[in-house]
Amino acid sequence: MLQPRLPAARVATLTFLGAAGFLAFWSAAALSGMTSRDFLPAPWDVVRRFAQLVVEPFAGFTLFEHLLSSFQRFGMGFLIAVAVGIPLGLLMAWFPWVDRIVSPAFDAVRFVAPIAWVPFAALWFGTGIGGPVLIIFMGAFPPVLINTYRGAKNVDRKYIEAAQMLGASHLRAMTQVLLPAAVPSIVAGLRISAGLGWQSLVGAELIVASSGVGYLMVKGQAAVSTATVMSGMVAIGVVGILIDVALRRVQAVIETRRGL
Amino acid sequence: MLKSITSPQGVPGFSFGALLRPLAGAAGGLLAVLLLWQLLTAGSGLISPARFPAPAEVGAALRQIVIEGYSNGRLHEHVMRSVLLVTMGFLVASGVGVVLGLAMGASRTVEALVNPVFLLLRPIPPLAWIPLAIVWLGLGDAAKMMVIFFAAFVPSVINSFAGVRQIDLPVFEAAAMLDVRGWRYWREVLVPGALPSIFTGLRLSLQASWTTLVAAELVGAIAGLGQILNQAAQDIYPAMIVVGMVSVALCGWLMTLGLAWLERRLMPWKAR
Repeated sequence: MLQPRLPAARVATLTFLGAAGFLAFWSAAALSGMTSRDFLPAPWDVVRRFAQLVVEPFAGFTLFEHLLSSFQRFGMGFLIAVAVGIPLGLLMAWFPWVDRIVSPAFDAVRFVAPIAWVPFAALWFGTGIGGPVLIIFMGAFPPVLINTYRGAKNVDRKYIEAAQMLGASHLRAMTQVLLPAAVPSIVAGLRISAGLGWQSLVGAELIVASSGVGYLMVKGQAAVSTATVMSGMVAIGVVGILIDVALRRVQAVIETRRGL
Repeated sequence: MLKSITSPQGVPGFSFGALLRPLAGAAGGLLAVLLLWQLLTAGSGLISPARFPAPAEVGAALRQIVIEGYSNGRLHEHVMRSVLLVTMGFLVASGVGVVLGLAMGASRTVEALVNPVFLLLRPIPPLAWIPLAIVWLGLGDAAKMMVIFFAAFVPSVINSFAGVRQIDLPVFEAAAMLDVRGWRYWREVLVPGALPSIFTGLRLSLQASWTTLVAAELVGAIAGLGQILNQAAQDIYPAMIVVGMVSVALCGWLMTLGLAWLERRLMPWKAR
């Protein structure tokens, strides 16, 4: 039988125990002297290093400057993915011939992991801004396209017929019938796409970049400073959560407006 | 005229034409893509060979890696190495992940206890473990295993957990009434009930492990598909980059197919 819900106080105690146990185990391993503290820092070492990275530049920039340049790349790649994905998804849903041309190519390219584009990113763009943007685009593009297409395909037939009967042009039908109806599906796709884009960005920065959080982590790795690497992981995780929270807000607002 | 001769004797409703048409369509599509590719690269020089290779160059690169080898090994050696690593890492991580997820689903005590640690690990993208793995374990297989583990672990835990919580209450009630417990409870209630969701998790885990391994090999490895990509990028050898990318995609696709086959075998009741 599934356990009945626990009282809140008990959940709090257990949560505290779990977190405390984890931190205690980690600290004990760090303090045991089996390895150097550079290799396995204690939790408070990571916190201190994080604070230090915020004020002192490492690998050329402070932590926030690295985050800013990562976020700019992310924003560009994500915006391009949205700007291409939504119109293309609508076109594919409206014109069957576009669907027949794009679908096979898209399916073939989708199976290539975004990170496998790194060599071409380096070849085409060097370590400038273009390389990481290409990889983010490759990660963020498929969910936008798929969700726009599915959302637009699921539009009730009678709205399309009504629009056609009233003489709506192709463009009007797509922007005023398909697009509004597909919005909830599109927004759901944007959330997935932002998550994948952010993940791909980190991978890209490990290889083709000269700034950004991924780059900071690579430099920390080269300096065998585990605390730096872990600070980078924390920063990436926190920004990832913030992006998701922001998009979830947008999704909630849209869903309430539509009375879903 | 031809139809009147063949159709009365043939199997009713059967014609080679109907069988061949989709194949012919696919072949035609492939041919069109190849032609377009050839025209854009070698044919017109619109895309410089330094940016993207022509079909013939890719063919030559493929021959080279299959027959002579490239970057410490022949193609099948690279493929074997990467696929073996992923399979091992994926099996370990998803084994641990599914059991933990089911335990978290079955017991709210375990859930409350494990959740804080899990919430800490969850937002970290799989690829972000790569630098840590390299600091701790170097560039060898152990580091790859660690990275694959973290990539595959999170989705299998989440989905197994959600799978248990999605089981209908009457199933639990029936199990309680029949006094099913212990090993039988897991084998006959939890696992079958959560299986569809477990498989969703496994599919995500497998994709994540494959992507992460390729990335980890790109960052540094002795052999493997990611290493081909890395070496080709350093040699500025676009044709070999294409060979590497296609191999990565094909292997990923075949492994996904394998998992889908397993899913059908294990869940025959879930007609597709």
